[in-house]
Amino acid sequence: MARVVHAIQCIVCPIGCGGEVTVEDGTVTTLTGFTCNKGLAYAAKEVVSPKRMVTTTVRVSGGGLPLLPVVSVAPVPKDRIFDCLNLLRGVSVMAPIAEGEIVVADALGLGVDFRAARDISVVQ
Amino acid sequence: MRELSYDVVAIGGGPAGMAAALAAREAGAERVLIIERDRELGGILQQCIHNGFGLRRFEEELTGPGYAHRYIEMVRNSDIDVWLDTTVLAAEPGGVITSVSPQAGLQVVRATSVVYAMGCRERTRGAIRTPGSRPAGVFTAGAAQRMVNMEGYLPGKEVVIVGSGDIGLIMARRMTFEGAKVKAVFEIMPYSNGLTRNIVQCLEDFGIPLYLGHSVTAIHGKDRVTGITVSQVNEKLEIVPDTAFDVACDCVLLSVGLIPENELGRAAGLMLDPITGGALVDQFRQTSLPGFFAAGNVLHVHDLVDWVSEEAAIAGRSAARHARGELPEGGAARQVAAGEGIRTVVPQRLSPLEPGKMSVRFYFRAARPMGASLLQLYADGELAFERKLRIVKPSEMIVADIPVRKIGAATKLEFRLAPAPGKAETEEEIGEEA
Repeated sequence: MARVVHAIQCIVCPIGCGGEVTVEDGTVTTLTGFTCNKGLAYAAKEVVSPKRMVTTTVRVSGGGLPLLPVVSVAPVPKDRIFDCLNLLRGVSVMAPIAEGEIVVADALGLGVDFRAARDISVVQ
Repeated sequence: MRELSYDVVAIGGGPAGMAAALAAREAGAERVLIIERDRELGGILQQCIHNGFGLRRFEEELTGPGYAHRYIEMVRNSDIDVWLDTTVLAAEPGGVITSVSPQAGLQVVRATSVVYAMGCRERTRGAIRTPGSRPAGVFTAGAAQRMVNMEGYLPGKEVVIVGSGDIGLIMARRMTFEGAKVKAVFEIMPYSNGLTRNIVQCLEDFGIPLYLGHSVTAIHGKDRVTGITVSQVNEKLEIVPDTAFDVACDCVLLSVGLIPENELGRAAGLMLDPITGGALVDQFRQTSLPGFFAAGNVLHVHDLVDWVSEEAAIAGRSAARHARGELPEGGAARQVAAGEGIRTVVPQRLSPLEPGKMSVRFYFRAARPMGASLLQLYADGELAFERKLRIVKPSEMIVADIPVRKIGAATKLEFRLAPAPGKAETEEEIGEEA
């Protein structure tokens, strides 16, 4: 039986509890050191399927700025962050752009869209 | 030369200036103007493309540009005037504001109330007196952030970050995302000044080491930086002999603190708080110059933009009331002091309290990290109020509403932080991170 203990630093609130999560055969069995339910949920998720919001930029042509900031509408699996970044590195959009516009839909089949984080108007 | 008059003029179109202008308009100021140096509103938020903004203000997690967008839309949908690309040269007592722009040239505005909202600047290499040569490739983290996120330049490929403030941590991840190798973050203090969340998600996620208690003792390179020398420091921040080591790099980013950008206030003769670097203000955010208010990072450096918006709304409402002649006369302001354990408190003075006012909100920064603590108010030397805090970190502001009945008629108010006896039971929803 595979038993792994992960040290997890909680980030839910400023207290920042440090704790341990024990995983046996892919299932969380014990959590120690966390002092609230939010922290327990975070720690368990962080060990089994850590996810992160991804923010980066894509190229813009014809706009007042050369770059458009984009943000994932939901967190993506941590081990796919760089795949998302590589995908977005190849994306170029045309001004005008409105905040909230979808820049990439369903990135890499992860079910997560990337949206424009701001307006970019056409430069005269 | 144009000469115009306004009820309220906000100097700066970042989150503080926008929130102050909107609140002033809402509170009845008829003619409101925002003067912004950049070519667009939003201030520094426009380059902070990461998320984590607005949890308190909008109850959702936004990017910096996303947070700015909300306020820009509100300004657009109002009849507030906005002058972009316009630099204020002077704001003199009496409300005479001189500005210059490429389109309109020199302009003079008469303002009944002025809100300072110029934000802050980064401390530079000069401020931390790092020895060594002066090669290219040494940037403040915020300057690098603008290059990477807005202008499309990568300032280096092998990066060392000095200081563990949030901008430095955010830039460690950002440079990694853009293909640079971030070799390490060096922090002189024994603790990080960044949020735990940023240490986890910007450093640990990418295996970037954080060296606490380390100081840069030399920067090497003739034309371009080639590396730095780092040594351990002891608890007095003195270099520990024989601990020096070199790290090769082509880029050094400095994240070593922020200072309010108060040149206009200083020139106008504003009384400043030597610790915050911002103006001394009362609960209306009125400075020592009647009719001049201050909000946001020009007043004191905030951790969350949400607090900036909230504080700027106070300044904006007060500015509107002053413009209508409805702000209570200053009278004898009472001093509010930062005592043991507290580094800064804002406001630093209390003008006579208004009837019906139940509490006054104060913003604090702790002098050092502490565990469970008591925030205490001493009124004329007597303990008048205390509140439990589960944890205290200098990187996170403490925000507390102090009941007016506890303040009473005391002439001298002092706040302190003391270790809490035993384990604090009350969980206070304050200083939540973003």
